[in-house]
Amino acid sequence: MSVFKAVRKKDGGAAAVKKPTLVQDIRRNKWLYLMCVPAILFFIIFSYIPMAGLYIAFVNYKPSTGIWGSAFVGLKNFEFFFTSKDWITITTNTLFLNVLFIASSTIASVAIAIMLSEIKNKWVKKITQSVVILPHFMSWTIVALFSVALIASDGLFNRIIVGLTNDPNKAIAFYNTPGVWPVLLVFFKVWQGAGFGSIVYLATITGIDQEIYEAAAVEGASRWQCITRITLPLLKNTIIMLTIMSVGKIFYGDFGMIYALVGNNSLLYPTTDVIDTYLLRSLQENTNMGMTAAIGLVQSLLGFILVIVSNKIANKFSPDAALF
Amino acid sequence: MTKSKLQRRSDRAVEWIFTAIIVLFAIVCLVPFILVLSSSFTSETSIIQKGYNLWPKEFSLDAYKLLFASNTIGPAYGVTIFVTVVGTVLSMLITSAAAYALSCSQFYHRNKVTFFIYFTMLFSGGLVPTYLWITKYLHLTDSLWALILPSLVNPWNLLLLRNFFKGIPESLSESARIDGANDIVILFKIILPISLPGLATIGLFYALAYWNEWYKALLYIRDSHKYPLQYLIMQIQRNTQFVQQNAALGGAATEGIVPAYSSQMATAVMTMGPIILLYPFLQKYFVTGLTVGSVKG
Repeated sequence: MSVFKAVRKKDGGAAAVKKPTLVQDIRRNKWLYLMCVPAILFFIIFSYIPMAGLYIAFVNYKPSTGIWGSAFVGLKNFEFFFTSKDWITITTNTLFLNVLFIASSTIASVAIAIMLSEIKNKWVKKITQSVVILPHFMSWTIVALFSVALIASDGLFNRIIVGLTNDPNKAIAFYNTPGVWPVLLVFFKVWQGAGFGSIVYLATITGIDQEIYEAAAVEGASRWQCITRITLPLLKNTIIMLTIMSVGKIFYGDFGMIYALVGNNSLLYPTTDVIDTYLLRSLQENTNMGMTAAIGLVQSLLGFILVIVSNKIANKFSPDAALF
Repeated sequence: MTKSKLQRRSDRAVEWIFTAIIVLFAIVCLVPFILVLSSSFTSETSIIQKGYNLWPKEFSLDAYKLLFASNTIGPAYGVTIFVTVVGTVLSMLITSAAAYALSCSQFYHRNKVTFFIYFTMLFSGGLVPTYLWITKYLHLTDSLWALILPSLVNPWNLLLLRNFFKGIPESLSESARIDGANDIVILFKIILPISLPGLATIGLFYALAYWNEWYKALLYIRDSHKYPLQYLIMQIQRNTQFVQQNAALGGAATEGIVPAYSSQMATAVMTMGPIILLYPFLQKYFVTGLTVGSVKG
């Protein structure tokens, strides 16, 4: 994905020409600049101004005086959060769930891509691919309804469990058993995203030179050997790159999914409460805007640092896999 | 050396096992859809007594009758359609204009602009500043624009589209420029008509994002007449749970049951229906579009 490479790549062709200043460039390409204006305005209004608004993390916010009129309190808001008990729970939950999600989704997506690429029957391939991608286009609110039909006390899972064991007491009360939720969330995550995630891997596999496989077949390699010795190593860069991208978001713990599936069921907070759901709750309860913003700032900063660091690491051992 | 008989047999076994696993996973992907569809056509008493089933045990259209008689789903459909149509059109205009400009090599400082956009994917102001800015300063509470404006441009989509445009030979726009056409004319007359697969992909992503939006409604929409479909579903579900919990506590009678479970499922069917119906026609666009745009570039 050289989407990112291009960000830093300098224009080779223009090197011979004298470097135009910004004003010269605007004068020469006024239409092109004009076409960027709406997008630039959008990012200023909806991305950069809120970034400046992070100043609220350093004040004792009072709605009456606004962000800039409230008293500056330094790092008080951060202290307040880090001395609370909540922060350990929500941070561990966020990291733990995300590591589970990243690992399971990546493995499932790669497996689906490889299996699809090995299936020769065109119809089977086409239909199964269409079906496994479909859940990605359902919003989490719909998936939440699906989950009710699956895990409610009279849902499909419990009917299967009761049917197999013939014992109604074996039924699991999913909605007040926090322990099973990491597994459930992983299930829904893989169900919803693995098929869609396999598209990129499948494209990489399709892009592999077929002659490599033909040569291997001539040498007597089995299909399984081709997968482990050719396909997987060639997928390595894509896997690393996509993992870096998810690692950068590791502090953002799939809010949509968790909020839609768990909602305000406080019984499940011990294993499902993540930074984002905690933030939303603090915002709704309007307790302390400054502290809530402070948590958001820590989250953004750590995410930012993580992307940079993991990218550095990727650059070191496999430059092709780095984002920038 | 050619393959032995044994090896050929093991190769075939690998393919069979893979097929079996994929088909199984596809079935798992389909089951919830069937479960919801079937429940929406099941009578409420049957759901309460026998639970959710893959096939309606007692066929009933009550849920749909109730849904169409109520005055909630109509307005919600209206809101969702408005947001999706207006949002997608505006998003596509702004995104394609910027993507085209950033794909032109004669635009010398384009990498700086690209970084300005890319940076927003790395760092953000987060929930609180955004929320305060939109509600207290832009005054968008209870405005449908609150569902559209904050997601007008998706930086990822923009960069993806720029990569599509980069694949178009620059000689095309160059010759038009020599003929005196300005870049806006070039974009609409030359670039866009030959980029339909790319546009379809990005348009689809935007349309789906708007159609599936509920988080912004949760934050910014208080007026229940302005709920989009997805948020309406969430509200119905939460209310049903609430009523159910209270009924369990108070031991309320089951007489004159309001089809809450089945109507939830019917609302879900109405919400995902359009996506599923359009899906077979659109699928090819985003599969080819996504792969061309992201891997090559």
